[in-house]
Amino acid sequence: MAYDFEVRRRGWKRWIPAWVWRVGPWTVVGLFAAGIVFWGGFNWAFELTNTEPFCISCHEMEENVFKEYRHTIHYTNRSGVRATCPDCHVPKEWGPKIVRKIQASTEVLHKVLGSIDTPEKFQAKRWALAEHEWARMRANDSQECRNCHNFRYMDLGEQGRRANATHSVAFTEGKTCIDCHKGIAHQLPPIDQAIGAPRVEPSAGKFAPPR
Amino acid sequence: MIRRLVLAAALASLALPALAQGTQQPAVKPIRGDTPIPESNHSGTYRMERHDRPVPRNYAQQPPIIPHNIKGYQITKNVNMCMVCHAKTAAPTSGATPVGKSHYLDRDGKDSPNISTQRYFCLQCHIPQFDAEPLVSNTFKPAQ
Repeated sequence: MAYDFEVRRRGWKRWIPAWVWRVGPWTVVGLFAAGIVFWGGFNWAFELTNTEPFCISCHEMEENVFKEYRHTIHYTNRSGVRATCPDCHVPKEWGPKIVRKIQASTEVLHKVLGSIDTPEKFQAKRWALAEHEWARMRANDSQECRNCHNFRYMDLGEQGRRANATHSVAFTEGKTCIDCHKGIAHQLPPIDQAIGAPRVEPSAGKFAPPR
Repeated sequence: MIRRLVLAAALASLALPALAQGTQQPAVKPIRGDTPIPESNHSGTYRMERHDRPVPRNYAQQPPIIPHNIKGYQITKNVNMCMVCHAKTAAPTSGATPVGKSHYLDRDGKDSPNISTQRYFCLQCHIPQFDAEPLVSNTFKPAQ
């Protein structure tokens, strides 16, 4: 079906641009619909990788960090509101999420290489892995914590004596959640606390105690 | 003769359990009550007490109890979370009760910068309390 784009169109057809008539109006409608389907499909598949079952489909995650997380308040608690793996480890905003996902492609490489495929290998790398995640959260001001725990709406009066005192100081000092709340969902790496034999890990002075 | 023996045996088999029962001690009443073994007994729901302030000792030399919630506080090979606040260096800023001086001495009486490895597992002596009624009441009073 040929459209004559030399002709000056009359009535409502004047408001439709000429290129639509060139490629054909049904083609345009079809491409638009296909775009919706493909974009939706892409996002659907993308969000499947942001689920707890996906994260623990690798035994590296299930055997180590997931088992530790199961004993914490973000896994089970009195009200049943949970923070699953992606709630803390994948940004919610579209741009940072895509960036994080691209970075995470190296995790696929290390899955293939088997870098942390035994608990012993995982323990050996725990310091480096934790430090990466802490650095990421420090850089974005613990955005994934603050998606739920927003300072602005915290009623310090409702908090316990210790939390109340510490939070009000920390907020004015411009500290971010991860500065104190390390190891809340997983076991901590070796921290040098000057107990027993000196530690060989490069951990001395890096773990800031809450003030 | 044989018939009489059989009769005696039958009578004995009836009478013996009754005799045995007569001499038996009264059954011990277990804490689980009447709940049969294959079934589980409801343990009750208790919360860790949160005083958030030191609780006075009940007697001299008592290891002070932990007056706050310690859920999720790690004492592992890697880290002792208690010491993050209770170490004598951290206590002035954290406001926590500092660990006693004795805890810094090793078995040779030598002072160390942080607690002795013998004292590493805080929960061996210091324990949190739950809001459960005591199973056995007592009238203990410390020596004056």
